[in-house]
Amino acid sequence: MSETGIGARVKRKEDHRFITGKGRYTDDINLKGQTHAFFVRSPHAHATIKSINTAKARKMPGVVGIFTGDDIANDKLGGLICGWMIHSKDGSPMKAGPHPVLAQGKVRYVGDHVALVVAETKEQAKAAAEAVNVSYAVLAHNVDAAQAMKSTAQVHDVAPDNRVFNWSLGDQAATDAAFRSAAHVTKIDLINNRLIPNAMEPRAAIGSYDTGSDHYTLYTTSQNPHVARLVISAFHGLAPEHKLRVIAPDVGGGFGSKIFIYAEEVACVWASKKVGGRPIKWTAERSESFLSDAHGRDHVTHAELATDSSGRITGMRVNTKAAMGAYLSTFASCVPTYLYATLLSGQYNIPNIYAEVDAVYTNTAPVDAYRGAGRPEATYVVERIVERAARELRMDPAEFRRKNFVTSFPHQTPVIMCYDAGDYGATLDKALQIGDYRGFGARKAASAKNGKLRGIGFSAYIEACGIAPSAAVGSLGAGVGLWESAEVRVNPVGSVEILTGSHSHGQGHETTFAQLVSERLGVDIDNVSIVHGDTDKVQFGMGTYGSRSGAVGMTAISKALDKIEAKAKKVAAAVMEASADDVEFNNGTFTIKGTDKKMAFGEVALAAYVAHKFNSSEIEPGLKESAFHDPANFVFPAGVHICEVEVDADTGATEVVSYTAVDDFGNLINPMIVEGQVHGGIVQGIGQALTEACVYDQESGQLLTGSYMDYCMPRADNVPNFKLGFTNTPCPSNPLGIKGCGEAGAIASPAAVMNAVTDAIGVADVAMPATSLTVWKAMQPMRKAAE
Amino acid sequence: MPAISMKVNGQAVAGEVEGRTLLVDFLRVNLGLTGTHVGCDTSQCGACVVHVDGKAVKSCTALAMGCEGASVTTIEGLAKNGKLHPMQEAFREHHGLQCGFCTPGMIMSAVDMVKRNGKKLSEDTIRHELDGNICRCTGYHNIVAAVKAGAANM
Repeated sequence: MSETGIGARVKRKEDHRFITGKGRYTDDINLKGQTHAFFVRSPHAHATIKSINTAKARKMPGVVGIFTGDDIANDKLGGLICGWMIHSKDGSPMKAGPHPVLAQGKVRYVGDHVALVVAETKEQAKAAAEAVNVSYAVLAHNVDAAQAMKSTAQVHDVAPDNRVFNWSLGDQAATDAAFRSAAHVTKIDLINNRLIPNAMEPRAAIGSYDTGSDHYTLYTTSQNPHVARLVISAFHGLAPEHKLRVIAPDVGGGFGSKIFIYAEEVACVWASKKVGGRPIKWTAERSESFLSDAHGRDHVTHAELATDSSGRITGMRVNTKAAMGAYLSTFASCVPTYLYATLLSGQYNIPNIYAEVDAVYTNTAPVDAYRGAGRPEATYVVERIVERAARELRMDPAEFRRKNFVTSFPHQTPVIMCYDAGDYGATLDKALQIGDYRGFGARKAASAKNGKLRGIGFSAYIEACGIAPSAAVGSLGAGVGLWESAEVRVNPVGSVEILTGSHSHGQGHETTFAQLVSERLGVDIDNVSIVHGDTDKVQFGMGTYGSRSGAVGMTAISKALDKIEAKAKKVAAAVMEASADDVEFNNGTFTIKGTDKKMAFGEVALAAYVAHKFNSSEIEPGLKESAFHDPANFVFPAGVHICEVEVDADTGATEVVSYTAVDDFGNLINPMIVEGQVHGGIVQGIGQALTEACVYDQESGQLLTGSYMDYCMPRADNVPNFKLGFTNTPCPSNPLGIKGCGEAGAIASPAAVMNAVTDAIGVADVAMPATSLTVWKAMQPMRKAAE
Repeated sequence: MPAISMKVNGQAVAGEVEGRTLLVDFLRVNLGLTGTHVGCDTSQCGACVVHVDGKAVKSCTALAMGCEGASVTTIEGLAKNGKLHPMQEAFREHHGLQCGFCTPGMIMSAVDMVKRNGKKLSEDTIRHELDGNICRCTGYHNIVAAVKAGAANM
């Protein structure tokens, strides 16, 4: 292993600009003649718009333009789309209501976009927005997923019972039969609490129209600028793709929330032409992020697990209601379906699984993919019910899991996925050892002496990531293919530029991708640059989400590097007057077998461009190659996380006091970065389990948790240091043998924490987030019984 | 509009601001020092922390006019003569950042923490003192390690 190659803990190349304040995020960019936008948003959860009077606002100082849904309709600017078609059990297509860029006739959640005000300064835009007089007729609303299908508040005309689809997966008859012959059935009711992603950089956009060239440019906080360009071009119909450039510069975290195409960015780039080509900048205030970023989770689930008399799992039934919010966001429909129910087999050999999902409209912000997207929800169901089954059967939770682990690969589950590699027993063993499972009893006794109830919880998660094989997702309803592209440009001096369709917003691609190049070409990583996030530079790409940039994005780079090596060998052979078959390439040097002839990679690059020493009718000058990689399968990271909590018996205050994570991500490119991804994911999951809750008031439909004073983000003193370990079964479906690490922590940890909390206080269930009050209340029946 | 002057990163600066202009906007908009970030509306996240007369201040909650005549240090002014401050170096060395958005505020808060508590910081102290800085990426594990190491090297 070289110092900067695959597997090395290389310090990040991108850090220098961030630690010196020289990062370049969207809001840091200012264009000549720039104006500022502020959006008039609905104060009601559900209402018809009777009228919008902008006369007074238009006379306010600095106002450049005010636009409403009528202007959008007049320009025939298309609505926001959901790019994944789901069909109900009965074969009918999902019921997608209209989602205009600015509301037309109706608002459907608090924060819905009603008008765009453009002014010389942000303060002026904000003041004028307050002067826009919108007259509403308030309608009945519903913010509760569990009640949506019974609610009289109908969010969209196309869905009379607020049901977007009623979808199922698995063999119902076979599963019911398994339950009829079960020795024991475990049941559980769970709420997967709604979360607000809260990337630290609020969303922002600058739309700019060039009147001279009839060309638009959009700077935006996006995880996938090419998809944004495709959607704005093909579906909103703003401009053909060659007349629209989308740039996603440094992006301050995404976690899924910046995948989607949002109304604000479309409105800003569209309206730039309406104000004579002056750029329009919009930056969300945090309160707008709370109101209008796509939220995550929000499932209500009943699940049952059948076991035989020996403790083997024989079947699982799951029924879930998943809130979609008021509109279907870009990928909303695939989250509670193909990213969720396909993982309900967990790490276990479960012969029969049946899942049914009702996706429902609610008068809330849209719900879409948030770190893990469907897989945390699946893991929460599987790992909570498996833990409960073990307790009911009086089996050790680790051994109950081990008894049911999948042990031979490939393993076809009854819910589509075919697991390709893993060693779940080895991962469990390592977690038990690192977490000192044997010593738990002593630690529990020590906690008890301090008045603390100590509990332990497991989560043996699996996820499908490296999203995704195009034909497979196409057959399941995806509107796009999920391959990735790469271009490798070797400069005449031997430095290398990698153009990738992946997008880095914290993942460290500038370092890990350069490590791959360093490993393959023997080039110093300082001589490698990674270019991403600009549709004028990178031809096309699908972006970063679903832990796909390693398994899919780096594999595309690897394939392009194969071509570079092959071409460079031809050049080297010609220059050194040898047969290409005799050229060998190692550690950045080309040698001719059986001779002492050699050329450094940089010399060959120069020779390729100078083109004096080969017949250019046989070998084209230059050294530049590209590749598209479409994965053959999903990749299947899996691991075992063990959480220990202490609960204060008097107050219910709950603290995570120990957390062990052992993950199998296949080969690691940069263990330092992988560990960082795991840490961050775990804390997002601890946040879900202990502190975070998005709450809408049932009565008013208002978002009660609209700031950091109400929505409790985990702070440094809410979490411990983590004990990490890794196992490695290399992924067989990509040449690098890598899986994905970006979402694992958030997928695994909520179940581990809640299993620990319920263990500590000896109750069947506690709702997330397990705040002091919630835990204290859950303890009371037991305490009363004891008194 | 009223005129103000102050020293920012050792340089005398002047400008005209509205009475309501926040220090962070003066730094970002008037002076183009975009290393200081705005992550919330409620003084919770700490992405905007700068030093005013040697003390950590959330610049989203300070009026620019209130800093008349003050000496302000932002993340851009922390490195001296091209040499990174030990706390900046420690964040890089210990992978204490991912997306980088909260990082300037984290580093400025950490430097202030050392000034007030000394170079030997316990994990508990660091975690408690970082209460006013939110990071969504790192899970804090490596930030705590970075602050500890950076403090020792200051």
